[in-house]
Amino acid sequence: MSRPAAGAKTTLGKIAKQAAEVHQKILKHQKPSLKFPLRSLSNVKYDPKQGYLEMRGRKKERTLTVSTVKTFAQTLRMMALSRELVQQDDIATKREAYYVSKNWDDCRFLEQTESDTVMDDVEALFEVNREQLGFIPEEKGGEVAGKLFILDKDADSGKTLRIDCTKFGSGAYSIPISVEHLGFETDAKFILAIETAGMFQRLVKHNYWKKAGCVLVSMGGVPTRACRRFIRRLADQQKIPVYVFVDGDPYGISNIYRTLKVGSGNAAHLNEYFCVPQATFLGITPQDILDYKLPTHPLKDVDVKRARDAIKNDPFFQHHKAWVKAMEHLMQMGVRAEQQALAKHGLNYVIDEYLPRKLSNTKAFLP
Amino acid sequence: MAKTARRPATPKPRAKPQGIKGRKGTKAQMKLFEEAPAPAAAPAPKKTEAAKVADTPPAAPARRRETAESLAARQREISVSEFFTKNRHLLGFDNPAKALLTAIKEAVDNSLDACEEAGIPPDLEIGIQEISEDRFRVVVADNGPGIVKAQIPRIFGKLLYGSKFHVLKQSRGQQGIGISAAGMYSQLTTGKPVRIVSRTGKGKPAHTYEIQIDTRKNMPEVISEGSAEWPHDHGTSVEMELQATYKKGRRSVDDYIAQTALANPHAQIVYRDPKGETLTYTRLTEELPREPVPIKPHPYGVELGVLLKMMKESRSRNLRGALQADFSRVSGKVADEIAAAAGLRSETKPSRLSAEEVERLFRAIPTVKIMSPPTNCLSPIGETLILEGMKKAVPGCDFYTALTRSPAVYRGNPFQIEAGLAFGGPLPADDLCDLWRFANRVPLQYQQAGCAITRSVILNDWKNYTLQQARGALPTAPMVLFVHMASAWVPFTSESKEAIASYPEIVKEIRLGLQEIGRRLGGFLRHRRRVEDAEMKRSYIEKYIPHIGIALREILGFSAKEETKVVETLKETLERSGTV
Repeated sequence: MSRPAAGAKTTLGKIAKQAAEVHQKILKHQKPSLKFPLRSLSNVKYDPKQGYLEMRGRKKERTLTVSTVKTFAQTLRMMALSRELVQQDDIATKREAYYVSKNWDDCRFLEQTESDTVMDDVEALFEVNREQLGFIPEEKGGEVAGKLFILDKDADSGKTLRIDCTKFGSGAYSIPISVEHLGFETDAKFILAIETAGMFQRLVKHNYWKKAGCVLVSMGGVPTRACRRFIRRLADQQKIPVYVFVDGDPYGISNIYRTLKVGSGNAAHLNEYFCVPQATFLGITPQDILDYKLPTHPLKDVDVKRARDAIKNDPFFQHHKAWVKAMEHLMQMGVRAEQQALAKHGLNYVIDEYLPRKLSNTKAFLP
Repeated sequence: MAKTARRPATPKPRAKPQGIKGRKGTKAQMKLFEEAPAPAAAPAPKKTEAAKVADTPPAAPARRRETAESLAARQREISVSEFFTKNRHLLGFDNPAKALLTAIKEAVDNSLDACEEAGIPPDLEIGIQEISEDRFRVVVADNGPGIVKAQIPRIFGKLLYGSKFHVLKQSRGQQGIGISAAGMYSQLTTGKPVRIVSRTGKGKPAHTYEIQIDTRKNMPEVISEGSAEWPHDHGTSVEMELQATYKKGRRSVDDYIAQTALANPHAQIVYRDPKGETLTYTRLTEELPREPVPIKPHPYGVELGVLLKMMKESRSRNLRGALQADFSRVSGKVADEIAAAAGLRSETKPSRLSAEEVERLFRAIPTVKIMSPPTNCLSPIGETLILEGMKKAVPGCDFYTALTRSPAVYRGNPFQIEAGLAFGGPLPADDLCDLWRFANRVPLQYQQAGCAITRSVILNDWKNYTLQQARGALPTAPMVLFVHMASAWVPFTSESKEAIASYPEIVKEIRLGLQEIGRRLGGFLRHRRRVEDAEMKRSYIEKYIPHIGIALREILGFSAKEETKVVETLKETLERSGTV
């Protein structure tokens, strides 16, 4: 796997600079410290002109004391591991990085969640993507089908590969972990991003993309960074809109849709690249539940908590009054409806009725 | 007795309340038992107020078959011995395990009191011999002054006969019930008499007696008497056989003896248990405790009935003199003040005062400021000896402390609280702490829940000293708590002397003592935690700093020498800093 040499140099430089600062402090008999950006929703703001959740610049300082010495040492060792990976143009999955630490004696991580947190800290510390540090996630990037040619390179020959996304039959193209080098050729009118693999399968099987003239992307829950970046680059390049089709519940709205459109609070330093500001919300809206008489399930406590949290703490929802209203509407109804609930009216009702009707008035989509 | 009590129309119930109340009373009341009038002579001459009240509720007048005359025919004196034969639980003989403990305890109390009064460092020998599973022979011998031959039968064969009841000073025995009750219990359960050997000095013979109690008459019955060889110059030995069980653990005789040794560091105790093993508690000090001086009662503690009788029997010519003579801390001036407050003249002849006037006098007493009673009637154990004793009784602990508080007063009775504790070491960490209670150097083994000491321990907030404590319970800690109350009159909740009554002044004093030793323990524990934290800090530094060296070397690529320097410098920096 190759990486732009310039990126590697920057990463190496940042690691070396930070390490040198720590080194100098120690020699001066001072306690070294590392300044991390605060990784939470409370440290982001939303400006629709920028189109994503921006970091506010609040930082937490981790000073080396007896009680922080373990994490401090682990952070430095994680930096050293990253440096080695970048230098040797190698990669390690998050799980592999966790196993590498098992060679660090007392400094090793006991659980992968510990090493993941330290990794996220280092990422935020240098304000880089974890791929730039040589770490990759295990998660799948998402799937694509429809009117699209993807331009990639053959790893051995270096020849350009022209991948036809209409030719996967009932299967689909799988988005790679890194998408920066990909090129696109398409005449699709829009991108439809879908929450569940099940709904995606139905639309692929019936060649819905042909009918609607679009690209279908399956997100499989909260979209990965690669998936977000893929949709963003495609939409930017072709200047086409992105419509998002998820479950009508707080998770589909505030976790999946919000993260796709404006990024997350946890890795806010990356939102600028990993967001899709042009995305709008097709459904399922709270109003759809009524309009289409969808079968529902009651909201669980965690759903209610999520919805309240969105209204109270999420700058994106707070900015859009329409969303606040929709969320309140959902809570007032006290129910949620899944994408597949449309099957009540017939399995292909979604293709024949729901989507065409919705797409006939995209102006009415929630922001 | 119980039957009679349910027929309240008789004058008889008088015998019971007064008999019990007798410990607060005086000689005159004692006579009630000694010079019993002929049974059923006068039909209810003085019906008391209490009897009237008791009269109304239980009686069912509609179905009355008895006449006053028929009842009178059955009304007769109850001997105190008979009363206690039926109510042995009141004296601590309610179960066989407790009976063994109580019998030994009564004998030991007498021995220690006698030795101390004679100024002899006590040497006690306690032996328990198993005759059968539920039958034991108990021997307690001392090196005390001995007992004059003529007195022996009455001391051991008559209830409520003693030397300490009428004297206000700190002593173990109070009522003159204990040892004769033990003898009575032995007689009741085995039919065997109590055997006494006593010698009062060199060149004098040792008397032996075998005594039983005539429970009807509350009089001793001498089975045999004679003289015998006695290896010691002076002393007394009591031997009795009784139905009992011997057990180990809490509230056992073994525990009682160990705690007795702790509270009496001037005594040497040799204990031979039923298995034939001998345990010797050597004395920690040759010095006898300060001898308590008898004091007169303090006005603040007097009861109306007692005051009435005092005034009636006073031989003083005037009220001023009577108050001065009968009470402690009453000067002529204070006596005048009391009289003035009661609206009486100091010159009045006390025996001439009417009941109403005495009551006014009684009400006037609390309004006059009177100096606290003298405290030389007390003899505390002392901090040093408690500490040494605790170290011996609970060896190997991490922390010991003890204190003796200044004397205080409840109801005119001076008292003094001592508290101590042993913490950690071999003691179990997950159990409730052990509470050792003492009153006038006597360990209290039963009725822990009803005791002022227990209450005070529970009321105290031990969480302040970093211990765990469930609501309404003793703290959970590897700890033995020691609390001693010394007083001229310990307010026990019953005749068996197992629990101290919760007078607010007493609870307050105990709590103050507990708080102080608790603070000391808290200080120790906090210091220990600091030391442990520092140790943890050092181990953390040792563990993780090298990794910072490794990481920096890997990133910056410096030499091994530089790495060592970084690690050493950083260790120094962190060790110097107080932050943990």
